[in-house]
Amino acid sequence: MTTPASSTADNHAWLRRQARWSPYELAFWLAVLIPFWVFPTYLTLASQIAITALFAVSVDLVLGYAGIVTLGHAMFFGLGAYAAGLLTKAGWGEPLSGLVLSGLLTALVGLLVSFMIVRVQHLALLMITLGLGLLTAELANSLGWLTGGTDGLQGVDVWPVFNHFEFDLWGYTAYAYALAALFVGVAAARRIVHSSFGLSLRGVRENLNRMPAIGSPWRRHLQIVYTISAGMAGIAGAVLTHTTETVSLDSLSFQRSADVVVMLILGGTGRLYGAILGAAIFMIARDQLSDMNPQYWYFWIGLLLMLVVLFMPKGILGGLSGLLRRLGG
Amino acid sequence: MIARIAAALTLGVGLAFSAQANAQDTVKIGLIMAYSGPFADTANQMQAGIDLYIAQHGDEVAGKKIEIIKKDTGGPKADEAKRLAQELVVRDGVDILAGFTLTPEALGAAGVADQGKKFMVVMNAATSIITEKSPNIVRTSMTIPQLNTAFGKWAFEKAGVKQAYTLVADYAPGHDAEKSFAKGFTDAGGKIVGADTSPMGPPDFSAFVQRIKDASPEAVFVFIPGGAQPPALGKALAQRGLTPPDVKLLAQGELTFPEAIESMGDTAKGIITTFNYTMERDDPTNNAFVKAYREANGGRSPDIYSVGGYDGMHLIYEALKKTGGDTSAEALVEASKGMSWESPRGKMTIDPETRDVIQSVYIREVKEVDGKLQNVVIDEIPEVKDPLHGMAN
Amino acid sequence: MIGNLAIVLFDGLAFGMLLFVLSVGLSVTLGLMNFVNLAHGAFAMLGGYVTVLVTRELGLPFLWSLPAAFIVAALVSVGFERTLFRRLYRAGELNQVLFTIGLVFAASAAAAYVFGTAQQPIQLPQFLRGVTEFAGLRFGSYRIFLIIIALVITGLLVLGLEYTRFGAQIRAAVDNQRAAQGLGIDVDTVFAVTFALGSGLAGLGGALAIEMVGLDPSFGFHYLVYMMIVVSVGGLGSIAGSFVAASLLGIADVAGKYFVPDLGAFMIYLIMIAVLFLRPQGLFGKR
Repeated sequence: MTTPASSTADNHAWLRRQARWSPYELAFWLAVLIPFWVFPTYLTLASQIAITALFAVSVDLVLGYAGIVTLGHAMFFGLGAYAAGLLTKAGWGEPLSGLVLSGLLTALVGLLVSFMIVRVQHLALLMITLGLGLLTAELANSLGWLTGGTDGLQGVDVWPVFNHFEFDLWGYTAYAYALAALFVGVAAARRIVHSSFGLSLRGVRENLNRMPAIGSPWRRHLQIVYTISAGMAGIAGAVLTHTTETVSLDSLSFQRSADVVVMLILGGTGRLYGAILGAAIFMIARDQLSDMNPQYWYFWIGLLLMLVVLFMPKGILGGLSGLLRRLGG
Repeated sequence: MIARIAAALTLGVGLAFSAQANAQDTVKIGLIMAYSGPFADTANQMQAGIDLYIAQHGDEVAGKKIEIIKKDTGGPKADEAKRLAQELVVRDGVDILAGFTLTPEALGAAGVADQGKKFMVVMNAATSIITEKSPNIVRTSMTIPQLNTAFGKWAFEKAGVKQAYTLVADYAPGHDAEKSFAKGFTDAGGKIVGADTSPMGPPDFSAFVQRIKDASPEAVFVFIPGGAQPPALGKALAQRGLTPPDVKLLAQGELTFPEAIESMGDTAKGIITTFNYTMERDDPTNNAFVKAYREANGGRSPDIYSVGGYDGMHLIYEALKKTGGDTSAEALVEASKGMSWESPRGKMTIDPETRDVIQSVYIREVKEVDGKLQNVVIDEIPEVKDPLHGMAN
Repeated sequence: MIGNLAIVLFDGLAFGMLLFVLSVGLSVTLGLMNFVNLAHGAFAMLGGYVTVLVTRELGLPFLWSLPAAFIVAALVSVGFERTLFRRLYRAGELNQVLFTIGLVFAASAAAAYVFGTAQQPIQLPQFLRGVTEFAGLRFGSYRIFLIIIALVITGLLVLGLEYTRFGAQIRAAVDNQRAAQGLGIDVDTVFAVTFALGSGLAGLGGALAIEMVGLDPSFGFHYLVYMMIVVSVGGLGSIAGSFVAASLLGIADVAGKYFVPDLGAFMIYLIMIAVLFLRPQGLFGKR
């Protein structure tokens, strides 16, 4: 039997072990650099995948770890995109500070919304996030003087990164920029999920009724993670604005909210890298299939989703890691 | 350091590769449209127009073979359109960017046409500012202000309408239409007695139609996108008894697309619409076009999107002939400026100053001809320009 | 003025009834069987295309096409239920979401391939086309027809689920599958029939919707959100709840657009958020 003090120390050691970067992860982060040299004509796609992956990681934080099923996260993605775009229109086109400001703004909105979110569960939660997302999109449409309505925001002008790297036609800067944002986002998310705070979130996900019994301030925890997730989604949106110099209403759309959840489940929830893998597979499949058949490609996407559910019910990453475990004995 | 050199090398190889593709005897045209999603029908009609032109005129121009590469945006997504345009330029080495069913697509790709120095042909997207985004852009469709400012003026001066109520769909093209109709109409002396915008959700117009009935205006001006909305609005108006001759119904041509007329039935009679192309207009060029189009598309009739694509290809072919196969944006834009031809829609000209279309605006009325309801041209306003270009917006 | 109000209420109710017919089947499958069937809209679309085929290709009258739409959608859905969906009953909500949304993608592409992307107009019989005058007011005949159908469906469903042997079996099978099986209820068949009923209603809704909101391959996506709003506001599994929610949303939507047109697009969402925040289980929900 251990004393309480040493058991706490053990727990912390366990958390630290969990938080260590595994060789697989290092290999992954080296692999994502490959496109720079091997697929230089796919860098624009790669940068949009990185942006979507960051968005999916932000959703994984709330959905995969805290069990908040959301169908309205494009609300934050789009807010971040518009905030970044409006900032450049106001004359401040410096991207890095633009990211920070957009992230802070969406986090603030996320905080406000979180007071509502933590009071509902299940279908009501899902529908309220969806409703808020749709309301935001309608609002952006009716504020045409500010947002440009369906035509999109005009006159977005982003300065070079570090005053030196222009966003080029090939997408070198865009991919490096988006990848850096994704890396920082994942590193932050890792810190969060491998902390005792992250564990308490999983507790909420697994059994909400028990959390008050062990004295966990679970509502506050949910609010914090929701706020962080909103900020991260906003940063993803801002990266999209910076790398494409366009902002359209589509960034707030229900379709974007739904697609990101689909990608996340496809890759595997509650694993962070599942979000990245899901985004990559979904977007590469869409790109390749729509090149082959621009009119009916989504038939094959639908088939892909159905097959994954039937054969890899824990998502692609879940399926892969299960396979690895079995091979390893 | 090594990484930088490697990057520079691959960049060099890539550029050499795309340059080589250019040097070969093909002209690559990248089409960016919403082939899937809720606006897919527009893209399908435009593609059919493009295909028909190529089928009729061969795939070789000025000694070069025409190669088409299709890219799907899935909807009004500026970022997707921009990425696809970038990929078309750096990976596929296209010479010309074309298509653009929706305004956000064209606006997204405009920067690439500018930065990558590519000729860009807008075959549908109808917001005025698009051609101002880059000197490499030419348009073969129309602009909403072009049609509706002229239509507003016509309504007051020729149709004798003194006051009107406007109902437009709540999105940018709808707002453009409302503004430009009101401008043409009030400048001529008319009065707008009420204006509503209807959300883009499910097409249930009963509330707005009742508001119009309450105001009992002399005329109603409508702008809604094609698809599910026109028949729904037509029927809602009919249920309230808001049909000609009791009320004059004015609209941009989407309201009386063939499917919409079929669905509305006799209540569509007397609706007056404006468009830059009318399938039923009796003219040898047009009749031949309509016949060939129906044969190639299982009986489906062409619409403005088909004509936009057809004329867009005509512009590309003729410009290539003039430049002798030179595909630089500068040469193609120069060749396009002032080009004038007899299109299925009638005479059209590329304005040398704005690179936009100068064309006739047709006024049509739904009438029964040989037992079938159709849009009959009742007036033609020739050589109309977009009224907004050159004005700071 | 009173006349205007009556007309606005009537139109709103009729629109709500369309939402009701489209959604009530989803309330049955989602509420009673706990199966998140986002493909519900795809079955509605199927019903719509069946009507188009039956009226246009076979030349049969519109009224005949309605049972056809119900039956085809029900049969096709049972095919899916027996071969695929049943494997997912225990697979968790997220997998059900992914699978059924995949089915919507595939169905939508298939519809675009087979029927093209254009709108599908249909011809209604004369008596459904015009308006019916009553007390000096003009009511759309089709809207009256829609309200009657919705009332009939509500009556049949409530009676069937509450007062018949089969209804009792459904409720038993849902409440406790094992106990129901022990009592000799064939749970598999009960689930299959329930699913067929839900999807058949979707098919009927799709057929009825063409005249009001049109039909194209994106139908399955477009109306999914509205279906979910009705089901969640009404309360899962409650027929009466769906009926009340659909009426409320339809009337509020039309009245909102009429009285405060600038708020028109927001009304449905605002009401949904307010209701669910105050009553997360929905108006008639039990949980």
